[in-house]
Amino acid sequence: MSDSSNTNGPSRRGFLQGAAAAGVAVGAAGAAKAEGDPLITEVQEWASGLGDGVDASPYGMPIEFEGDVVRRNVEWLTADTISSINFTPIHALDGTITPQGCAFERHHSGAISLKKEDYRLMINGLVDTPLVFSYADLERFPRVSRTFFLECAANTGMEWAGAQLNGSQYTHGMIHNMEYTGVSLRTLLEEAGLDAAGDLAGKWLYVEGADASSNGRSIPMEKALDDCMIAFKANGEALRMEHGYPVRLVVPGWEGNMWVKWLRRMEVMDAPVESREETSKYTDTLENGTSRKWTWVMDAKSVVTSPSPQMPIKHGKGPLVITGLAWSGRGAITAVDVSLDGGVTWAEARLAEPGKAMALTRFYLDIDWDGSEMFLQSRAMDDTGYVQPTKAQLRDVRGVNSIYHNNCIQTWHVDANGEANNVEVS
Amino acid sequence: MSKFPKLLMATAIATVITTPVLAEKYGLGRTATQDEIAAWDRDVFPDGSNLPEGSGSVEVGEEVFVDNCAVCHGDFAEGVGNWPKLSGGADTLADEDPLKTVGSYWPYLSTTFDYVRRSMPFGAAQTLSDDDVYGIVAYILYSNDLVDDDFVLSKETFTSVKMPNSDGFVIDDRAATEYSNFTNRCMSDCKPAAVSITKTVVFPGDPNAGAEPLETQAAAPAPAPAVAEVAEVVPAAVTFDEELATKGAKVFKKCKACHKVGDKAKNGTGPILNGIWGRAAATTEGFKYSKAMLAAGDGGLVWTEDTLSGYLANPRKYLKGNKMSFSGLKKERDIAAVLEFLKSNSQ
Repeated sequence: MSDSSNTNGPSRRGFLQGAAAAGVAVGAAGAAKAEGDPLITEVQEWASGLGDGVDASPYGMPIEFEGDVVRRNVEWLTADTISSINFTPIHALDGTITPQGCAFERHHSGAISLKKEDYRLMINGLVDTPLVFSYADLERFPRVSRTFFLECAANTGMEWAGAQLNGSQYTHGMIHNMEYTGVSLRTLLEEAGLDAAGDLAGKWLYVEGADASSNGRSIPMEKALDDCMIAFKANGEALRMEHGYPVRLVVPGWEGNMWVKWLRRMEVMDAPVESREETSKYTDTLENGTSRKWTWVMDAKSVVTSPSPQMPIKHGKGPLVITGLAWSGRGAITAVDVSLDGGVTWAEARLAEPGKAMALTRFYLDIDWDGSEMFLQSRAMDDTGYVQPTKAQLRDVRGVNSIYHNNCIQTWHVDANGEANNVEVS
Repeated sequence: MSKFPKLLMATAIATVITTPVLAEKYGLGRTATQDEIAAWDRDVFPDGSNLPEGSGSVEVGEEVFVDNCAVCHGDFAEGVGNWPKLSGGADTLADEDPLKTVGSYWPYLSTTFDYVRRSMPFGAAQTLSDDDVYGIVAYILYSNDLVDDDFVLSKETFTSVKMPNSDGFVIDDRAATEYSNFTNRCMSDCKPAAVSITKTVVFPGDPNAGAEPLETQAAAPAPAPAVAEVAEVVPAAVTFDEELATKGAKVFKKCKACHKVGDKAKNGTGPILNGIWGRAAATTEGFKYSKAMLAAGDGGLVWTEDTLSGYLANPRKYLKGNKMSFSGLKKERDIAAVLEFLKSNSQ
C-alpha cells in the first residue's frame, strides 16, 4: 500500500522511475518515448485487455491492495481469543459507516453459529403474557431503521496511565457505526403487555444472549422503552455471526456490552440482577478504591484518525487533510475543534454532515502544512454543552484505575518527517 | 400527476404513523410454557431469590473446583497466566495496581453463583449440577478466607455470607462530579505555549510485536535438531478423510479454548496438538504436564485411534489425575471427526 517515492511531491522523474519499477506498461512497438507519465502516454494492460467477468466473486471482498485494512487483535491483552476483543481499522476508513467485515468484535465465549430456524426470543417476567417469538415472527412487526455507534466501555482503556498503544486503531478502535434495521423494544414489550408491571418507573429489563457467556445485563425500563431496538440487519444485510446473527440488541449511546448478541430472552423485573457484567466488570474504580456502577452512557469523544501513527504524512509539506471521528452517547455532535499545538490554540473543524444523535460524525480540517512538528488533538462538543475533557481533567476526578469510559482528548506527535506517535503532553 | 394519488398517499402515511401509537397487538408469537421459562430464567438475585435447591461444602467444592476450574483459575483460585484470579487482593482497591477478585471486589455472592451456573466451566457451560455449583462457590469463598473449612453453602446459608466490598459502589455520579466542569471551550491561549512531551508511547510499533521478545527468549534454549536428523525421521504422511476432518474442525471448537493447532500455534492452557497422531503422550516441548500424564507417557502411552478415542470419551476416567478439565465428547461421530481433524494436523 505504501507509496515510497519521495516526500517533496510528484515529479516527472518520479513518474518515470515508478513506471519502470512497476513494469506494467505495454509500449507501442518502435514508438519514440513520449514525454510525460508513461501511465498516461503508454497504453496500459488494463486499458487493452479484459477484466474479471461478473460473478468472479459472488460476494465481493475488498481489492487485494486494501488487504491490510482489517481488524487487529493485541494478543497479550487477554488470555485467549475466544474471550477477547479486536479493533476496527478506523485509521484507514473515512465517512461514518463501518463495513461489517472490519467492525471490531468482542466475545465472552466465542462467536456462535446460530441458524434463524433455531432462534427463539422469549419475553417473560412482569408481563401480561410470557411470549416466545421465532425469527420469522420478528420480521412481521413494524420495522425501524436507524444509525448508531457502538463503543466498548473499554475503548481507550489501555491509555489511562500513559500513552500505550501506537495507532488510532488500537487506542480508539473498539467502535463501529452501522445502520440497523429491526423492531423497537417498545413494540415487542407491548405485544407481551406491560399492565402486569404496574408503574414502569423503577422497573428493569434483564436481557441475555444464547451463547455460553449469556452476557446478561439489566437495563432501566425507561431506556428500554425510549429508543432501544432489536436488530436483524446492519448496513442493509444480515448481521454477521460475530455481531450476533441472527438478532442482537441495540442500546443507543450506551456501552457496547449492553448490546447483547444472539439475544434470547428479555425479562421485565422490579430490580436489577447485578450480573457479572454489571458488578465485577464494566464498573469504574476510582482513586479512593470505591467504584462507580451503572455508568452506561458513553460521553462525548473524538479522535484524529489521520494523520496518526498508522497513517503518517508521506507527501511532505503543503495541502494536508486532517480527519477524524466524533461521537456522543448523550446526543448529537455540534462541533469539533482541532489543535495543532497540543491544546494552546484551537480551530473549528468542518463536519462532513451535521451531527446525528448517538451516531459517528466525520470531521475535516484542511491545512497547508509547513512541515514543522505538530501536537495534533481533537475535541468534541455535543448538544448538552459538554466539552470533551483532557486526560488530566479526567484523572483529577477518577485516578488511573478506572479501565472503562476513558473519553479523554488524544494527542499525536507528528514530526517533521510526517511520522506520528502516541504521546502525552504538558 | 393528478391530485388524487397525492391525496391517497397522504392518507396512507397518516394511517401508518398513527397505528403504532395505539399499542395495538399484532398477535405474533405464542405463549411460553412454564417449563420453557424455567429452563432459561435462572437469574439469581442479591437477596438469594430464585436460588435452586441443593447445597455444597467447601470440602466437596475443592474437589469439583480442582477437576473443573483449576486448569485456568489455579488450585487455590489464584489464577493461571492471564486467566482471572478469583482469590486474594483484599484491601488493594485503592492501590496503584488493584487486584479485583471475587473476594476483594465482587459486591454480591449471587453474582458468583449466577455466573458459574450459567457460564462456567469455560467451554462446557451448564454441565455442572446445582450441588457442584454450590460447592464451587463455597470453595471460592473459602479460598478468599471468607468462610471456614466446614462451611456448607445452600439457599439457607447464602445470605449469611458478607461480601467485603458490598458497600464499595456508588451509582454513576458523572452528572454531579464531571459534567459541570467539562464545559469550557477555550479557543486560544488555553495553556502556556511551548507544549512538551511528558510521556512517550510504551509500545512504539505493532503492539503484537511487543510480546514477541519474551516468547522468543523462552523458546530459545530448546536445541535445534540437526538437519540430517530431521530428514531421517520424517514419518510417512498420515492419510485422512478431508470431509470428516472439516466436520472435526467444528467439533474442535470445544477444545480451542485450551488447545491450538496450525503454524502459529503456541502452548496455552493445554499443549499444541500439531503432530499428535502417533506421538508418545506428554512430549510436546515446553508444556507443563500433570504427573499422571508424564507417567503415562513414560509408561509407553502413544496417541493412536484407540487411545485418543478412549481419552476423549472420558478424559478423567481414562487417565486419573490428569489436568484436562473437559468432561468428554458424548457422541462417537464427534470423536471420529475430531480424530480425523487431528490427523489432518499431523501431516
